[in-house]
Amino acid sequence: MAEWVIETGGLWKQYRRKVAVTDLTLTVPPGEVFGFLGPNGAGKSTAIKMLLGLVRPSGGSARVLGHPPGHRATMARVGFLPEHFRFHTWMTATELLTLHSRLYGMDRATTVRRIPKLLEQVGLADQAGRPIAGFSKGMIQRIGLAQALLNRPALVFLDEPTSALDPLGRRLVRSIIHDLKAGGTTVFLNSHLLGEVEATCDRVAFIKAGRVLRTLPLHELEAGRLRVELRVDAVTPALLAALDALPLERLTAAVAADSEPGPESEAGRIITALHSGDTVTLLLTDEAVLPLIAERTLASGARLYALTPHRPSLEQLFLEIVGAEDSGQ
Amino acid sequence: MRNVATITWLTFHEAWRRWVVVIALLLGALFVALFALGVEFILNESRPRINIGAGGQLVLFAGSFLVLAGLYVVHFLTIMLSIMAAIDAISGEITSHTIQTIVTKPIVRSQVVLGKWLGYAAMLIVYIGLLTGGVLGTVHVILGFDPPNAWAAFALFTLEALVLLSLSLLLGTRVSTLANGIGLFMLYGLAFIGSWVEQIASLPGLNAQSAIRLGQIPSLFMPVETLWRRVAYLLEPASLRQFGGNSPFSAISVPDPSIVTYAACYVVVTLGLAMWSFNRRDL
Repeated sequence: MAEWVIETGGLWKQYRRKVAVTDLTLTVPPGEVFGFLGPNGAGKSTAIKMLLGLVRPSGGSARVLGHPPGHRATMARVGFLPEHFRFHTWMTATELLTLHSRLYGMDRATTVRRIPKLLEQVGLADQAGRPIAGFSKGMIQRIGLAQALLNRPALVFLDEPTSALDPLGRRLVRSIIHDLKAGGTTVFLNSHLLGEVEATCDRVAFIKAGRVLRTLPLHELEAGRLRVELRVDAVTPALLAALDALPLERLTAAVAADSEPGPESEAGRIITALHSGDTVTLLLTDEAVLPLIAERTLASGARLYALTPHRPSLEQLFLEIVGAEDSGQ
Repeated sequence: MRNVATITWLTFHEAWRRWVVVIALLLGALFVALFALGVEFILNESRPRINIGAGGQLVLFAGSFLVLAGLYVVHFLTIMLSIMAAIDAISGEITSHTIQTIVTKPIVRSQVVLGKWLGYAAMLIVYIGLLTGGVLGTVHVILGFDPPNAWAAFALFTLEALVLLSLSLLLGTRVSTLANGIGLFMLYGLAFIGSWVEQIASLPGLNAQSAIRLGQIPSLFMPVETLWRRVAYLLEPASLRQFGGNSPFSAISVPDPSIVTYAACYVVVTLGLAMWSFNRRDL
């Protein structure tokens, strides 16, 4: 098995005057559920299209399942649910899946066995003979998901797979993604719904203005970046000095009320601190510092009312990495 | 080849399920019935004044006139149907994004173009055959007249359809359905006018060579009108050709047989370009 299912280096795409993707450099190992996050217009869909051979890159390198994107042998092992899913609406659900199974080169016996199971899996078993023209948007998304899984793919691209689904549908997609992962399938998930990504992905890449800003395993998100709220009777210079003097740590940001979190300290344990009135906010990378903070606080003469650790959500991290301004797209 | 067959099957199935085939067949039958009734009424109502005996010169004259009149309509319908059939085939699927789930299967994009071309070509050939057969059969049954070169005429009608189909698919790989339709109809309009310029300039006594050459230029881009004039020439009995034809549909300026080779090459090149263009474009 290849070391990477997806491997890109400096992949970029320019449409006439507009650069859609500036630098797509990432690797996805087999069996991973990989989340692709970014604001509207960040170049996510163009990036996926380049990986599928729908769009020709202007430069850079890419390998998908060991071959260049769009390679015929590769595409037999790939499933794809596009963001703008449209199908031949005059077909029934079964006819549509039969057409796509023929395009996958599946034999008739396999097709006949596979289609009812897939319809059952996406909750459309009782709609098998109904024309797609009468389907709701959510039902079309479900049938789209079924066609992406027809060939038992080694790699599935899901571009906004839950955008039209109700909460039950979203839960179904989460369950399917977990099943795919359990079966060893690599999933490349592009979604605006950060909760979905947080619930399903092993790793996420943040993309903005066509560039991968950061790739982060989600377990690191859980283990690190601990935000701690320290509530005391009053934030005194003695308290700040005590916190500043913690061994191994160094406060790098100015402790001003409105200051933004600063860069990580060299020691990397306490990243930054903010304070306002009776509260000091600290960002830690190591939980072991917590008791020390309590001890130093009390030693400084402050009265400690609360020491509350908060795990940062993916949304907070998204806003921190990608930026909070609305792209307007 | 299996992929091409699948797309051909899809093309035919779509035309069938979206009532295109049924409506075309019904209206085609209506056209043949109207033509037959018209021929029957013309003959019945003119009999008291004109004696049209079987096998006589008048049968030759009337039969040839009616065949050309009927087949001119078939030629016109062939053009309209060929343009309309495939105008949306590629560009429509690109716009609706339907194409994305098709071409991300283990399929070469040119197979999609070829499969659609084969599907539409097969349907158009059968339909043109039915209409042509309807016109020729009507004249045969009512008047007992059979024009020469009927099969050659059918083959050239088919070539007309393939020229438009291939060009429609080529443009569809690059421009929107609307732009494709406008482009094709305008090109046909130019070829139509060019053909008539050539015809009028070729009238005995005029023989305006510059106008003839000017009229031939649009046919290089859209050779369907030239093909029609070749059809008209082939269908007229030799005894009428010497008088320069006997109807407004006759060919005054008879195209060289090499136009058939040119049109066949045009189809091959245009279809090849359509496959190449679709292979290279971003979707």
